[in-house]
Amino acid sequence: MMELIKNSKIDFVGKRYIAFVVSGILSLLGIIAIIQIGLGNANLGVDFAGGTLVEIRFDKPVELSEIRGILAAKDMHDVELQEIGEDKRILIRTRRLDIGNLTTKIGDIFKESFGTKNPFKIERTEEVGPKIGAELKGKALWAVFWAIIALMLYITVRFKQPRFGVGAAVATAHDVLAATGIYWVCNREVNLLLITALLTLAGYSLTDTVVVFDRIRENLRLRRKEAYDVIINSSINEVLSRTFVTSLTVLIVLAALLIKGSQVTFDFCWILMLGVVIGTYSSIFVASPILIEWDKLMAKKVIKVLSKK
Amino acid sequence: MRRNMRWNISFILIVSGLSIYYLLPTFQWCNMAQSERDMVSAWNTLSTSAKDRLSELCVLSKEKKKKMLVLSQFTDEARKTSSLWLSMPKAEQKDIEPWCKLPIEDRDVLKKWSTVSTEEREKLTKKAKIANKVIKLGLDLRGGMHLVLEVEMPKLTEKDKEDQGKESKKNVVDQALEIIRNRVDKFGVSEPVIQRQGENRIVVQLPGLKDPQRAFELIGKTALLEFRLVDDARLEAAKDGDVPDGYEILYDNENNQFLVKKEPEVTGEYLTNAYVDSNQNSGGMSRRMVVALQFNKTGARKFARATGGHVGEKLAIVLDGKVRSAPVIRTKIDGGNAIVEGNFSLQEAKDLAIVLRAGALPAPIKIIENRMVGPSLGRDSINKGVVASIMGLILVVLFMAVYYKLSGIIADIGLLGNILMMMGAMIAVSGTLTIPGIAGIILTIGMSVDSNVLIFERIREELRGGKTIKAAIDAGYKKAFWTVVDSHVTTLITAWILFVFGTGPIKGFAVTLSIGIIISLFTAMVITKVIFDLRKEYTTLSI
Repeated sequence: MMELIKNSKIDFVGKRYIAFVVSGILSLLGIIAIIQIGLGNANLGVDFAGGTLVEIRFDKPVELSEIRGILAAKDMHDVELQEIGEDKRILIRTRRLDIGNLTTKIGDIFKESFGTKNPFKIERTEEVGPKIGAELKGKALWAVFWAIIALMLYITVRFKQPRFGVGAAVATAHDVLAATGIYWVCNREVNLLLITALLTLAGYSLTDTVVVFDRIRENLRLRRKEAYDVIINSSINEVLSRTFVTSLTVLIVLAALLIKGSQVTFDFCWILMLGVVIGTYSSIFVASPILIEWDKLMAKKVIKVLSKK
Repeated sequence: MRRNMRWNISFILIVSGLSIYYLLPTFQWCNMAQSERDMVSAWNTLSTSAKDRLSELCVLSKEKKKKMLVLSQFTDEARKTSSLWLSMPKAEQKDIEPWCKLPIEDRDVLKKWSTVSTEEREKLTKKAKIANKVIKLGLDLRGGMHLVLEVEMPKLTEKDKEDQGKESKKNVVDQALEIIRNRVDKFGVSEPVIQRQGENRIVVQLPGLKDPQRAFELIGKTALLEFRLVDDARLEAAKDGDVPDGYEILYDNENNQFLVKKEPEVTGEYLTNAYVDSNQNSGGMSRRMVVALQFNKTGARKFARATGGHVGEKLAIVLDGKVRSAPVIRTKIDGGNAIVEGNFSLQEAKDLAIVLRAGALPAPIKIIENRMVGPSLGRDSINKGVVASIMGLILVVLFMAVYYKLSGIIADIGLLGNILMMMGAMIAVSGTLTIPGIAGIILTIGMSVDSNVLIFERIREELRGGKTIKAAIDAGYKKAFWTVVDSHVTTLITAWILFVFGTGPIKGFAVTLSIGIIISLFTAMVITKVIFDLRKEYTTLSI
């Protein structure tokens, strides 16, 4: 039998306060990131900011500085340039918007400068009006919000106790915030695929949480005499190898997509990979300890009520 | 127990068979040569009435075909007065007539098809049917254009707003949608999508589009055609600011100014037809493209009145507020025919005829979003997606086989079944494959073995607890069941929210992920269990 982790007896619960500090910082970073993204202080893609994106493939390699010079000569200074993959493909991004005409203009400029020397092809254009971008931003935020609420309700119903639902929701929100925060710090492009990755992450990171919660619920029934935090800690240890293996299989396929897949899904892949790791961490260090804190809080309340009597 | 299993096995076989049935056309399509695919795709853009013409075309003699090609260059009017037409017997005229009425694009396709041998043609016709059953590709993979249009409501006149409440606001959008649909239908792309979105938006998707500039011209134009009288005498004064009541100054493409009446004599709403013609009268060798117009009775009457009463004056032809030309009225025009001149290329003239035929939009529209992907980029993405999927699949299959040995291989069989059924289901529900959708498939490969991981770990645990192998397997499946379901449902919930929230490509992701997750429940819980149950007695278990 091949096993990654054998009979572990790690004291996860005892380290929860360290974890709370780490998670607190990550979540705070996420909140700051969301505010900054809302204010526009982020690498916003045309999906959200509006503007124009043009992808051009040349027959021969080109220098970005050369492209920049050519565009600047035609009064187009406010452009961002990026090479993608090999040096024959470039991305041009600008806040300018003139649907249908700007792409033609850029095409004409290059035709004039490169002509038959270095033929090129416009492979992709995205032109989004500012109104659409603004609408999308709001919609994306609500989509993530409702996803977390829906997940909380589902877990509450399935586990018949609100503490599980709240634990799952907090862990999910933590995962989404942490991933957003790190993505923002890395200054990668904020676009619709990021939102897709975050929502997928919200759903998938709960897989590990559900596995741990299931075991906790089962053990609570079977081992009534033991202390709450002992049961939780041993439950985490019992299912440790499966939470790792399930995450691993997903990490494997995402790595394949990251390396071999389309450029379009590159950012999607790594943020999701990061999210899966954070999700595994949070099912152990966030979701489960919340159950303990909840229990303590309830115990205090009961004592208060009792002492009043 | 045994009966239950037999039922399970037959169910698995039926579902697998169905999946293969749905997948087969896609496989055949992938094995076809590019030239064949092009032929077939072009064929599928034709209307049924145009398709019916093919058999007629094929039986015609070479000589007749030649005549036909010549005649189809003419406009209806010109054809009927041509010497070639008049020299033909009535029966022959009847044969050729329907052909001449077809759009030029359709004729080109038919011409190409009529040149291949009968045998070949039959083969191709069969293949054309396959094309409709192939997996649908999103615009990001097949190339094409996605436009979001906004109907600009505030620009409706005050009177319109009073007359019409909110109900008719909807009407305006519906009308605009219908007109755009008419324009796009003549455009020659296969399977265009034209949909309403929200209160005043229209989404237009044009797969496989090669000339985006043309699409802007065709779709964005209001196409309000007016004939207005020109007053040259007072032009100079008007230029200095003294514009007479009921008149305004308009420009043409060269920025020349025209003083025209605000009230048009005739508008495009009375048009019955608009078609391309070439004007040979304008002299010499060069044939200039013009758009010929035909008015209905009311239009013809108005036109006759306007021209009759103003011989010697100029009549400006105004399109979307720009003067196209302003010819001098030489005589009263009775027949209800007119011509729009300009420096058109054949394509431009054709497109103008299309938009005029489809009618003017009830309100101006603005393009607020445009996403265009070239076909080569899409092909590149498909190749990369296939490579990444195969690589991910091999890695996961190996991992499971190494980590869980024989049981892992059973899980791998379930995984392969999952991919087969998932692709089959995609085609069966006519889901659209997109770049993020490919990511969804790859993600499913990683997630679908999760169920087996949970089950196998549980079986190991039960074995450690001292159960017999058979009992451990059964307990493993039974106890892990709800954990597996719950973990899948959470992913489904977010996929569903993504589907509601997302646009095209993102929806594609939500669809593949959802289908994959639901089917993985079946493959991981049922298929692998059946394989375990095939053996009645276990002395050892490789897990």
